[in-house]
Amino acid sequence: MHLSETIISLAPWLVFAPLTGLLINLIFGRRLSEKAVGTVASLASGAAFVVSVLLAYAVSINHGEVMRWRLAEWIHIGTLNLDWTFRIDSLSTTMMLVVSGVGTLIHIYAIGYMHEDVRFKHDEGRYTRFFIFLNLFIAAMMILVSGDSYMMLFVGWEGVGLSSFLLIGFWFEMDTLGRPSWANSDAAKKAFIANRIGDFGFLIAAFLMFWGFGSLQFDQVFAGASSLSAINSPLTVAITLFLLLGVAGKSAQIPLYVWLPDAMAGPTPVSALIHAATMVTAGVYLVARSAPIYATAPAAQYLVAMTGAITALFAATIAVGQYDIKKVLAYSTVSQLGFMVAAVGMGAYTAGMFHLITHAFFKALLFLSAGSVILGLERGHHHAPSSPTLPPKGEGSHRPLSPRERARVREHHEIFDPGDMRNMGGLRKTMPVTFWLYIVGTLALTGIFPFAGFWSKDEILLDASLHFTGIYWLLTIAAFFTAFYMGRQIWMVFFGESRSEAAAHAEESPKVMTLPLVVLAILSAVGGGLNLPFEGFHNLGHWLSYTLGEVESLPLDLTVAGVSTLLALTAIFVSWLLYGRTPLQAGQIDPLKRLGLVFTGMENKWFVDEGYFAVIINPFKKISQFLADVIDWRFWHDFVHDTLIVGTYNWLSTIALDHYADQKGIDAFANWLGTATQWISENVRKIQNGFVRSYALAVMLGVVLILGYLIFK
Amino acid sequence: MEFLLQPLTLLTFFPLVGVLVILFMNSESKNAIRWVAMSTTLITFGLSLWVLTLFTASNPDLQLEAKYSWIQVAGWDIQYYLAVDGLSILLVLLTGLLTPISILSTWTAIEDRVKDFMIFFLLLEVGMMGVFLAQDLFLFYIFWEFTLVPMYFLIGLWGGPRRIYAAVKFFLYTMAGSILMLLAIIWLGNYGKTFSLPELIAQGGIPANIQMWLFIAFAAAFAIKVPMFPLHSWLPDAHVEAPTAGSVILAGVLLKMGTYGFLRFNIPLFPEATVQAAPWIALLATIGIIYGAAVSYAQADVKKLVAYSSVSHLGFVMLGLFALNAQGVAGAILQMVNHGLSTGALFLLIGMVYEQTHTRELKVYGGLWKIMPVFGSIMLISALSSMGLPGLNGFVGEFTILLGAFGSKAIGSPWYAGVSALGVIMAAVYILYMFQKMFLGPAGEITKEHELKDLNWREILTVAPLLILMFWIGLYPAPFFNLIAPAVEKLLIGY
Amino acid sequence: MIPVDYYIILSAILFTIGALGVLIRRNPLIIFMSIELMLNAANLAFVAFGRSWEITSGKPFYTGQIFVFFVIAVAAAEVAVGLALIVEIFKTKKNINIDEMNSLKG
Repeated sequence: MHLSETIISLAPWLVFAPLTGLLINLIFGRRLSEKAVGTVASLASGAAFVVSVLLAYAVSINHGEVMRWRLAEWIHIGTLNLDWTFRIDSLSTTMMLVVSGVGTLIHIYAIGYMHEDVRFKHDEGRYTRFFIFLNLFIAAMMILVSGDSYMMLFVGWEGVGLSSFLLIGFWFEMDTLGRPSWANSDAAKKAFIANRIGDFGFLIAAFLMFWGFGSLQFDQVFAGASSLSAINSPLTVAITLFLLLGVAGKSAQIPLYVWLPDAMAGPTPVSALIHAATMVTAGVYLVARSAPIYATAPAAQYLVAMTGAITALFAATIAVGQYDIKKVLAYSTVSQLGFMVAAVGMGAYTAGMFHLITHAFFKALLFLSAGSVILGLERGHHHAPSSPTLPPKGEGSHRPLSPRERARVREHHEIFDPGDMRNMGGLRKTMPVTFWLYIVGTLALTGIFPFAGFWSKDEILLDASLHFTGIYWLLTIAAFFTAFYMGRQIWMVFFGESRSEAAAHAEESPKVMTLPLVVLAILSAVGGGLNLPFEGFHNLGHWLSYTLGEVESLPLDLTVAGVSTLLALTAIFVSWLLYGRTPLQAGQIDPLKRLGLVFTGMENKWFVDEGYFAVIINPFKKISQFLADVIDWRFWHDFVHDTLIVGTYNWLSTIALDHYADQKGIDAFANWLGTATQWISENVRKIQNGFVRSYALAVMLGVVLILGYLIFK
Repeated sequence: MEFLLQPLTLLTFFPLVGVLVILFMNSESKNAIRWVAMSTTLITFGLSLWVLTLFTASNPDLQLEAKYSWIQVAGWDIQYYLAVDGLSILLVLLTGLLTPISILSTWTAIEDRVKDFMIFFLLLEVGMMGVFLAQDLFLFYIFWEFTLVPMYFLIGLWGGPRRIYAAVKFFLYTMAGSILMLLAIIWLGNYGKTFSLPELIAQGGIPANIQMWLFIAFAAAFAIKVPMFPLHSWLPDAHVEAPTAGSVILAGVLLKMGTYGFLRFNIPLFPEATVQAAPWIALLATIGIIYGAAVSYAQADVKKLVAYSSVSHLGFVMLGLFALNAQGVAGAILQMVNHGLSTGALFLLIGMVYEQTHTRELKVYGGLWKIMPVFGSIMLISALSSMGLPGLNGFVGEFTILLGAFGSKAIGSPWYAGVSALGVIMAAVYILYMFQKMFLGPAGEITKEHELKDLNWREILTVAPLLILMFWIGLYPAPFFNLIAPAVEKLLIGY
Repeated sequence: MIPVDYYIILSAILFTIGALGVLIRRNPLIIFMSIELMLNAANLAFVAFGRSWEITSGKPFYTGQIFVFFVIAVAAAEVAVGLALIVEIFKTKKNINIDEMNSLKG
């Protein structure tokens, strides 16, 4: 007990360690060499991994008891009590291990990758920035998985969204091909906003929890939820469905998945770490974490599972029609996330988490290998005879390029896409290590025995076959497509003849990149051992049952396993028929074009982006433009204020008051007095003719009148 | 002498010392004038911190009272009455902080008539402090109107091309509302035979139907100042035309005078009317949130974009205030500060780039983060704070407000908060749009015309305090909530 | 004794003749003389009434007679001023036609 308490006090270092790395690089980054920057960042992430291991150990010696470490008060107001409290249990430590473990490997890989990437993109100063963002991501992700309340989870939830935004938009001034463009920054913005839509759901769910259960702390919310006697009570259904919106945003499920494929604009380590292995699984973690609430709302569970299953199939079909090596993997990720969400939706939390872990291994492996392929092509491109030579690697490559060289390189860049599989082919000869790593990742993803994906996917399928037949079929078909598009990718990238100069001259990546890949490959190969479907080998299930309660541990079902393996092999065979038997030639169109409209749909992602543009984004732009221009400015500002209010006032003051009341009323009367006096005197003055005698006559007449009056009165 | 040495009196009127000194200075010695103004405001800020040390957080009542009989006429008793409590302490500190920051931001931006500028600025500070500290309705009204004059000149003399229009509009709008408030104040003074706010609250007993009229009269003044939809049409003009420092103070402090007015006067004085009005105010606030956010997104002028975002942000504050529960009101008070920090920072930063480029058209910018990395990073933090990213200050305010409003009995329906939460998405839309168009993407036209320099130390120093507070409030808001909470609990006893 | 009525009638006749003279004649000298006539008509009336009052009341009462001296003195002064004016007018206008002396008309 004493030991575990000492360990638990390390919990804040899950966050502080990466933050320290971030700060060191932020403050001293300019003075440190690239190696030092990368090492600091990797060590920071590694430290978080060590802490995670220790915490997992503490959980195990405590037999899974939940441990908490309160760091500080956060928001205390009224009945709302939120703290910075770390929650250490088997579920959170599992996530910590995955995040910091895979994260550290990717940090190391990135040391090599970014070294070249910043040079191909001609901005070496940005190297440090990358690792700052990467550490920020680890810190945020750690907050996400270690929080003890929904709000602390939310802090991490948005924090990873921010890191994702920063890293997708890392090359913010260009598109994926390095041309000056808004494309990358658009992708970053899209990701953030799509995530925010999910966050909106999360927030509403949090409000409902608070006013329904009086707290946002996990255990208190769960206690509140389970104290509701009714199954599917409106409150829990509402909470779970709003959470589902959050899940859809973060874990790229229908309808919010659209940001993830675009997120491939980020450098490849980012795609591997954030958009495949860790961040996008946060939604799965959220559902698993909220298991006690979902348990009281089977209707919502079914919806979650259905969302996952449909996404799995839908994204898999799109992956078939993609040409970009990373886009295929991106849709594959969406699809695999669908598997996980379906699993946790069905209540198969162990299966979901299991797949989350194995997927983190093999998808990170695939992405990083894809990154290696892309860099290999870049290298080949710069070495190809027709292209301007980049200074050789090593010492010389630190020499800054002259402006003219830059211009030439940039020009050259505009015509070549190193991520397009149509530019590849035959890479197994030029990049053998990457090739074999890629094969391992593919086998794991397609679920070939005995690779990790086989076990985890099988467990999901088995669970689905027992409880939800519809979902089982959706997932099985998705698995078929998975094997097909991976097969297609393998044949297109590594087999046949080189379809471009660059592919012919491609070069293998350095050790700093391939070594982490080897580790991931080993994990992808044997990761299934975490939870074998045999009595006594349900290690993960047992471990998670500390947190999630007793979880069903299913034995191996040979029918399910057999069907899925058979389908996978069939799919690979079909892909060989199409792409392997007669390799694509340069400029040849895709053989699947024969499918016509269906393939056009797949190729164009079923026009979902276009649909969103037409239905949501453009109307929103128009509405806001309308509100701003017409309603606010022309109507409210110009018309109501400048015309109505000012106009009325002016009318009142100039026309009504000044002109009518003042000028025509008061002024006119005063003037009339004047003119009247004038008129009278005009006439009266005629009497005064200057002749004394007429005055005298007047006097006399007066006298006569007065006398007459006196006499005759 | 005893009168002068009251902490709050000192705090309020200390800037006058600076005014006096500057009056006797040669208007050509600009730097000396700047330094005098700077040190005056810094000392004032020091005084506000001193007040903070004298302030007892756990005491919900008015503290550090400075109370003197001032004018006695016709049975009315008008007092010179300054005091501070949890509702106002943060705003006093915010005023104290933002004024020196604004002055620092004018160091190179204001070159002509520095002397007049600084005098007006210091006078403005007197008015703002007075507004937040006055506890006598009459005195409050004087300070309230007094702030108009320096601001009018700040916009009208140092503003952009349409400054006269904007200044007059600003003045008249505020004036129009104030007149109604003045009538209500006179009615109240006549009714209670005192203008002292605590006494009037203690007396209570204003008939419900009259409460509604008085509520509306006060609300007219405050709602224009906030500004609440649909009375916001003066705001974009004033913001766009005002000099940077003016915008910072306008957004940071002057707008808060409106929300503070609701908090200080409407809610405690007219409880029945407040309950009746709460759903309507919530409705207007919700419309304001959505409307402001949507309109922001369509702006081509970055300053205007931020100006409209204020409409949205202050909608949140109003929603929180009229949630009439602890979370909502405390969140609203904190959000007033947050808005001052993040919008203040945004205006400062926009001003800094404007000084170099002399344009605020979004479309000519682009790719600045590459050329000005420090500037870009600071802008990013401010922008994220403005859009309510957890871990930064904006989130703490918005979250507590929405949480409070969601379950508010006074508002009566979670729909208002639910729809307002959409504003969180829309905030991301317009803030990211702004950030992208200025800092991301390929280099814009402006980078070809100007040799843009990154922020210098003075400029970094100007925004640094704001950044620190953004993180502080975002990560550890407890000290701030501790200042607010007791007074809020007391305020809400009747509800 | 001649009754006062006769004096009054004479006075009235003289006055009327004088008044008509003032109104009709164009020569300022004649007008002066007519004015003198009117003044003397008044003088006659004064003296007549004064005497009549003295007799009827039986008291010595010379007010009327004294007034006559005043009138004579005023008439003398008037003639002095008037003739001087006429001379001045003649100097500027070269004639003394009364019809041209209307520069005071409104």
